[in-house]
Amino acid sequence: MGDLTTTDPLDWRDEIFAVLKRAEIRQVGYVPDAGHARLIELGRRDPAIRAVPLTTEEEGLALLAGAWLGGQRGALLMQSSGVGNCINMLAMTKTCRFPLTMLVTMRGEWAEFNPWQVPMGSHTEAALELCDVLVYRVERPEDAAETVAAALDIAFNGDLATAVLLSQRMIGAKRWVK
Amino acid sequence: MISNDHRLDRRAAIRILLEKRGELLLVTGLGSTTWDAASVGDDERNFYLWGAMGAAAMVGLGLAIARPERRVLVVTGDGEMLMGLGSLATIGVQRPPNLAIAVFDNSHYGETGMQASHTAEAVELLGVAQACGFKETFDVTNELGLREFAGHIDDAATTLFARVAIRADEPPRVLPPRDGALLKTRFRRAIGAEA
Repeated sequence: MGDLTTTDPLDWRDEIFAVLKRAEIRQVGYVPDAGHARLIELGRRDPAIRAVPLTTEEEGLALLAGAWLGGQRGALLMQSSGVGNCINMLAMTKTCRFPLTMLVTMRGEWAEFNPWQVPMGSHTEAALELCDVLVYRVERPEDAAETVAAALDIAFNGDLATAVLLSQRMIGAKRWVK
Repeated sequence: MISNDHRLDRRAAIRILLEKRGELLLVTGLGSTTWDAASVGDDERNFYLWGAMGAAAMVGLGLAIARPERRVLVVTGDGEMLMGLGSLATIGVQRPPNLAIAVFDNSHYGETGMQASHTAEAVELLGVAQACGFKETFDVTNELGLREFAGHIDDAATTLFARVAIRADEPPRVLPPRDGALLKTRFRRAIGAEA
């Protein structure tokens, strides 16, 4: 179990989790990611949420399709590289009009150290939009919760696919040399 | 296909799995197992995948978690399962007791010209499932074994996995509705998830 203590009561990750709770999210699929670490831990600790670790991101689209067939709402947590893994599965989301909200931590943009992250990171938004996913970018911590809430609303009100991209500048670039 | 004609007939196999279906919810994979399910008769509680190859088992997992009071059966083919092999690892961690996965294994890709699949050469799906943490697995090679698996779906205490050896043949296609939004909505209505 990770350390959940924080000195900042307005941590945007906690605010996003509160939004997920208010939206009655019951299944959270995730591929481990440093930017989502706190959200994953909060999800795993909540008895009302089934947090499901995935081997690859596209499993999550199928998981949430099944959840919705059964009447439960879900959300996906992934890194921008994982968006590329989801492309074919998004055909199911669109054809069946499954509601979907993907929370995507961005890599390969602001001050990225690892050039291998850049090709997918620099085209994440375009790739999602090509697949008719509604994309919302978050650059400032104070916008995070509101944006996630808006994405969940439009997804579940309209049976639409949405993604919230959490910018690398906001998250803080991964520190490679400590 | 004389070499494997001791295997089960796929249409007979699906009929056995569904003959006492009761409240069972069914998810089928792209593509032959979708035609197999339709051959028994279309049902609103069937969710047929016409695409999204590799998704069937995971759709079953999400559904089983969402509806713990209902039994969920996934029937898919060896090729479809191979494309979502990682999902066996994911499901092996969760193992909801109301989920059962049956893989109709003919060691061929029936929809694309009967090319050999990995299970024809080297891969044993039963062993994969066991290594992924499935506690109850069935290597089904005859009708008796299939009935044993089918009879266990309703009272299982963990996720079941069955590898069902079927003949590599192509019975006539029976096509269910392919409008995904329709399949989704009628399924949800049939189980009370949507008014």
